[in-house]
Amino acid sequence: MTEAALGERGRLRGASATRRWWQRDVAGPLEYGRRLWLRLFVAAVFLLLYAPIITLMVFSFNDSRRNIVWQGFTTKYYVRAWNNASLIEAFINSLTIAVLATVISTIIGSMVALLLWRFRFPGKAAYEGFTALPIVIPEICMGVAMLAFFARIGWPTGMVWPLNLGAITIAHVAFCFPFVAIVVRARMAGFNRELEEASRDLGASEWQTFRNVILPYMRPGVVAGALLAFTLSLDDFVITFFTSGPDTVTFPVKVYSMVRFSVTPEVNAASTVLVVITIIATIFAVKFQAPDRPAET
Amino acid sequence: MDNWREHRAVFWILAAPGTFWLVVFFLVPLGFVWLLSFSEKTGIISIALTGTLENYARALEPIYLEIIWKSVWISAVATALCLVVAYPVAFVIAFAPGRWKTVLLLAVILPFWINLLIRTYALIAVFRTNGFVNWGLEFLWNKAAFMLGLVGLGGLMGEFRPLTLLYNNFAVIAGLVYVYMPFMVLPLYATIERLDKSYLEASLDLGAGHWRTFFSIVVPLTMPGIVSGIILVFIPCLGAFLTPDLLGGTNAQMIGNVIERQFKAANDWPFGAALSFLLMYATFGALALRSVLAGRRQGMEL
Repeated sequence: MTEAALGERGRLRGASATRRWWQRDVAGPLEYGRRLWLRLFVAAVFLLLYAPIITLMVFSFNDSRRNIVWQGFTTKYYVRAWNNASLIEAFINSLTIAVLATVISTIIGSMVALLLWRFRFPGKAAYEGFTALPIVIPEICMGVAMLAFFARIGWPTGMVWPLNLGAITIAHVAFCFPFVAIVVRARMAGFNRELEEASRDLGASEWQTFRNVILPYMRPGVVAGALLAFTLSLDDFVITFFTSGPDTVTFPVKVYSMVRFSVTPEVNAASTVLVVITIIATIFAVKFQAPDRPAET
Repeated sequence: MDNWREHRAVFWILAAPGTFWLVVFFLVPLGFVWLLSFSEKTGIISIALTGTLENYARALEPIYLEIIWKSVWISAVATALCLVVAYPVAFVIAFAPGRWKTVLLLAVILPFWINLLIRTYALIAVFRTNGFVNWGLEFLWNKAAFMLGLVGLGGLMGEFRPLTLLYNNFAVIAGLVYVYMPFMVLPLYATIERLDKSYLEASLDLGAGHWRTFFSIVVPLTMPGIVSGIILVFIPCLGAFLTPDLLGGTNAQMIGNVIERQFKAANDWPFGAALSFLLMYATFGALALRSVLAGRRQGMEL
């Protein structure tokens, strides 16, 4: 019996028997999502997953340095974080790097995706493996590699803003573009290549076909990939920690140095801002990544 | 799919930037570290490539071997806990009705997007001496003492002593499970979702209970997802730096912390490079193992 049929049976039973509110609708054999203990377990997992972050965000509005008992609503820690010049500088650095890294890695990643989607070439499996490598190796290995690399080639330090962010941006692009490539390639897997052939048959050049046929289809994947790259870059701590210098502190690196001293509501406030930005970007990304509705196709 | 020879210009235009970036800003830096791991320090900042294996030999000294061993078992425990916690979650999501499925999946993925540092920091507030866990325990303790006091046994409970939950192995394992759980749920969900549900029905119809069906049918059939999940969680755990640094303090150091110290405070890059390449070899080993297992699986099905 299929799931649909099981669901159908459940509905019929619900309709035929006039069930009272105290009588439980008996779960079908495969309706594991309706077993109470499994439900409680999953609910507990989600609670544990979210409780720390939600308390962090709630207590950023708490009018007490002790940070554990609710004393009253205040936004003074946001004001204090806003007036913390080095924190704001770090935040601007993070945003600048994220924007630059997003633009570059979206272009490179989309090109790699198109390459892997369209062509058959010798050593393709190995090439795919190498492009996935920045995703799979431990972050710390990549961090120390970047540190050693920029030290070895003598990457100039102490340049004017924003040129001094170059090293971090390069490192971020290196781990962001493989993610973009995966997202865009997944999108392209659903592309009907007959459209491309039709375009060529009708006399369009390679560029015109790309511009007018492939790109419009690819766009949601590119946007989703760009948003993914943006949050990855904005959030990265480990790799940035190894590539940043004293005058190129990013937001996570700054928060790290603040956390090492103590747990303060100010850090809560700053973190809350970053979490909210991340969540907004994620929701947009999920929206763009969602498959087309049947009405559109 | 087109043959690259037929559209050489397009092929090279598409291939050039990605390949350039990958080679120059990823493979070359890794190559540097690899060479560093065979080098010797000849001065404060000068390093000479001598082809020595001493850095790897040093990693086998008892003090470092102990840290490596500790990293392995902490990662193994964290991975096992992730599996136990994530399996039911993935199972429920896979069997949930359509609309719920999307919501639950998003709820699993969302924490993964939130900054690792912030998630770890949030745990400090939960675990520290006057954090939420101890606060809750103290509350319960005082209530219990009050109740016992009513029947004249008030002295039995004594003073509440907060638990030390931070800066030990427990905190690191809890932190790793908390941070990497989504990595386990997603591959498990993907395989359970694809599972042919009629096998489950057949097993149940033939009289096997739910547990037996689970262990004899569901677990073997979802083994690829289990293996993927284990690798996806175990590798980042093994290389974790931030979680042991913030939650483990000096008492629960892992390989990541030792590597960081070699590259920053201790300034012994060749040794740090050797340690980070040991991590890389472990990663490659795990990935090779997965492809071997996947290959054998395909062979079985054919």
